[in-house]
Amino acid sequence: MNEVCFKNLDKKDSWSLAVYEASGGYSVWRKILRGELTPEQIIDELKASGLRGRGGAGFPTGLKWSFMPRNSAGQKYVVCNSDEGEPGTCKDRDILRYNPHAVIEGMAIGGFVMNATTGYNYIRGEFIEPFNRFEGALKEAYAAGLLGENISDSGVDFNLYAHLGAGAYVCGEETALLESIEGKKGQPRFKPPFPANVGLYGKPTTINNTESFASVADILSKGGKWFADLGVENSGGCKLFSVSGHVKNPANFEVSMGTPFKDLLEMAGGMRDGAKLKAVIPGGSSTPVLTADVAMAMTMDYDGIEKAGSMLGAGSVIVMDESTCMVETLTRLAHFYYDESCGQCTPCREGTGWLYRALKRITDGNGKDGDIELLLNVQDKIMGNTICALGDAAAMPVESFLRNFREEFEYYIEHGKSMVKG
Amino acid sequence: MISDQAKKQIDAWVAKYPEDRKSSAVMEALKIVQAENDNSLSAESIQDVADYLGMPGIAAAEVATFYENYNHKPVGKHVIRFCHNISCMLNGSDDLISHLEDKLGVKTGEVTKDGLISVKKVECLGACVGAPMFQIGDQYYENLTAEKIDEIVDGLK
Repeated sequence: MNEVCFKNLDKKDSWSLAVYEASGGYSVWRKILRGELTPEQIIDELKASGLRGRGGAGFPTGLKWSFMPRNSAGQKYVVCNSDEGEPGTCKDRDILRYNPHAVIEGMAIGGFVMNATTGYNYIRGEFIEPFNRFEGALKEAYAAGLLGENISDSGVDFNLYAHLGAGAYVCGEETALLESIEGKKGQPRFKPPFPANVGLYGKPTTINNTESFASVADILSKGGKWFADLGVENSGGCKLFSVSGHVKNPANFEVSMGTPFKDLLEMAGGMRDGAKLKAVIPGGSSTPVLTADVAMAMTMDYDGIEKAGSMLGAGSVIVMDESTCMVETLTRLAHFYYDESCGQCTPCREGTGWLYRALKRITDGNGKDGDIELLLNVQDKIMGNTICALGDAAAMPVESFLRNFREEFEYYIEHGKSMVKG
Repeated sequence: MISDQAKKQIDAWVAKYPEDRKSSAVMEALKIVQAENDNSLSAESIQDVADYLGMPGIAAAEVATFYENYNHKPVGKHVIRFCHNISCMLNGSDDLISHLEDKLGVKTGEVTKDGLISVKKVECLGACVGAPMFQIGDQYYENLTAEKIDEIVDGLK
């Protein structure tokens, strides 16, 4: 446990340069500056590590980096996505607060590999404490001669800045995030072209999640194989899981991929007040909900969670006990997507409103025959029909809540009140 | 009008971006100007920001209305941004929001008579393992209880 992003968590001032360097921090970056590592070696090591994008999509990081046209002329950018906003997710906040230098080193390495001399870390607007920590770490790194132009006479340039968001979940979508850095509404772009070709300010850009960047330096110093072996087949390394909801000790845990869910639940102190587990959302509010028995048999890795019928997402585990009304819970999630839809695509803009209003009507006690079919119909029409994944994210909980807990919805419609709460 | 002090702050953000990309600083510029104007933005101040950054007024207005962190009507000196999303909801945020409303004698979206406090329900603030939680200014308050809320609110001046 706590072997990569959280390895210094128990140390005083874990966010300081001194603590980071004492545990081997910036040794990879210094090696690069001495000319002892090539971009090709780095990409090979990342590929061997099995690191997959920790923001939710799970795309292999080494492969992503290899797509960048590093030898093309002109400015290129490396961007970190710290716009953490998926309900249930709060891991990047702690990486920024407790290990910001790992993000800086990972971004600098990325900049070198992709020949990008400028980086931006997009931090959500509300994360002022994490932003201040990151800014403090940047100051330390500049003062130590680790960033800037012609760093330590190496001929390598890398300047890094933090950008703050202003409250929009959709900016976690990478092209919306780029629009946002450009000072525009955060509305996702059509892909292709992909950011690797046309990204920030129209220039080649690579975007990775905070946790992905924070894992890079350790992978390169200890080896891709070391990282891969921490995890399981197809899910290399360890992963931060935010365990929240009805558990005794909600917290972030960095554990090996493939850890059984029931062990993770135990780490979080088990169910609160001895209550019985009812449901688990394993990867953040967008990922399909699972029933207790399915969750208890699941392992926490990409394939294990997929086999259980959901997705690893950002590793945001929301635990619900038997007192949870699934109708009211889904209504709250539907409100979220309705609120956060950017309004660009009709199925999402209109569909999220239809979903929320139908669910609100049910929880107001005014549900009617056909509402379940209506919900299923609307989510089906959103799914796959929008520019970005926010539409799918709004649709998936609806389908899975109705599939697994349909009787609660039927009861609410028929009786005008919750089957669970009365 | 943007004060010299605010201009200095905005300039520090502008310096982060390429020279011909000043509008990248618009989100922070709007926040800086908002903070100087009792925490809300008027059409004039949005235009001022646009003029200062050399961008069309409508482009700044789009940003000011798209993102959640900007206010377009009066708010309290302190805005309590209470998360009501799933992890907070599972941990009793609805009851605590009612408690706060009762204590202050306002509903969410309203400002106390003395103009000191307003309450806003917001979506996930990314502190789910500390649920229930709210934000006041730059500060997160986590693992809230009714008693803790009373203490925090009584300390607001």
